[in-house]
Amino acid sequence: MSTFQYYRPQRFEELWQLMVEYNNAFSLLAGGTDLLVRLRKGRTNSRALIDIKGLQELHGGIQEINGGLRVGALALMGDLVDDARMQQHFPALVEAMKWVGSTQIRNRATLTGNICNASPAADTAPALLVYGARVNILGSLGERTLSLEDFFLAPGRSALNPHEIVQSIDLSYPETPNGSSFLRLTRRRGFDLATVSVACLLIPEAGRIRFGLGAVAPTPLLVIDGSGVLTQTESAQVAKESALAKLAERATPISDVRASKEYRQAMLFALMSKAQHIASERLNQSRS
Amino acid sequence: MSTQKYPIKLEVNGEWHTLQVAAQHSLLQVLRDQLNLTGTKECCDEGECGACTVLLNGRSVTSCLILAVEVDGSSITTIEGLGQGDQLDPLQESFLEHGAVQCGFCIPGIIMSGKYLLKKNPKPTYEEVQEGLAGNLCRCAGYGQIIEAVLSTAEKAGEAQS
Repeated sequence: MSTFQYYRPQRFEELWQLMVEYNNAFSLLAGGTDLLVRLRKGRTNSRALIDIKGLQELHGGIQEINGGLRVGALALMGDLVDDARMQQHFPALVEAMKWVGSTQIRNRATLTGNICNASPAADTAPALLVYGARVNILGSLGERTLSLEDFFLAPGRSALNPHEIVQSIDLSYPETPNGSSFLRLTRRRGFDLATVSVACLLIPEAGRIRFGLGAVAPTPLLVIDGSGVLTQTESAQVAKESALAKLAERATPISDVRASKEYRQAMLFALMSKAQHIASERLNQSRS
Repeated sequence: MSTQKYPIKLEVNGEWHTLQVAAQHSLLQVLRDQLNLTGTKECCDEGECGACTVLLNGRSVTSCLILAVEVDGSSITTIEGLGQGDQLDPLQESFLEHGAVQCGFCIPGIIMSGKYLLKKNPKPTYEEVQEGLAGNLCRCAGYGQIIEAVLSTAEKAGEAQS
């Protein structure tokens, strides 16, 4: 592994100073499960690792806020997966997190770290998008909040400015009744990245369905149909398929080592249908 | 810059150590090379195989993906910290009874994952053991006996309690 300086600031002032001092040649260290692999393979040019675990303000864990939950930047996926409130209100997100690595990785990896990498294939992004996650950002010049949709700009690039960090992620409890699901297609279960992933949130009384799509566009994608066609059981099958196809067209997948563009397009439609089906079955179960 | 050492304190298997580590040294390297605790194995160095699993403040982690400097002040349990003297931990005994150890390289990591699993879930199902050990690879592929060994430890602990 290449050499670097290690810092563990205790105050934000020190953090901002270090960020200025090292310009862009630093990496922020939280769980490190992705970063250390990249460092070891020489895939970063960081001269400094700035460990943010010394900042008490980021250790908020999972807090109840008005009508939802606030997930602190350092909250571990292992704790989130085990949290009863997460399981009750955000089951698709819990399912998605269970795909991330293994028990050992989830005991170290943070949800915030997963989105800060801004990978189009980030496992947690589709579910966070359907639940309307908001990202609370802190910088030397102040605070701001962005929707997760606006947070992702391009592959590997988020809306964070050079001297900003994510402080927490807010999730509002979705309207009830609702049904949600998460599906992920991969070449093998375990450590491979997603070929296509889909999260679905169905809110019948609003006539609305939301899909989060992973690995089929430069960023994780949110698509919404509010026409009611996809939430009413009495809609004609052909109308449903055409509405779904219209949503799937928003994706712009590419061919890469995992799959061709055509395969991704075909599988995206299949996964969206299946995700919708599972979400609506769960909805019916919760009603009965 | 490359030679800078950072002072850290680690509680390893109940004993405190004061160490000087380089920023790039993983917890795994420090356990093996500075503390001579070679039961924890180095294998993939990417967090995928689980051979380097230890308990960090009671939670299972892959020690190859953690820098020693970032766990200053933490408590670590390695395979050497289980059992007492000649007395093996019940989970270790069970691995022997079930013939769950073949070449043995993955076993320290698997036992640490097994300890964590049983602590969180004292009565796991077969599927829960499979899921709990999913982060540990055994290339001898003796998973059947490994899972039986974990289940049997849970059963015995349950009987002893009732």
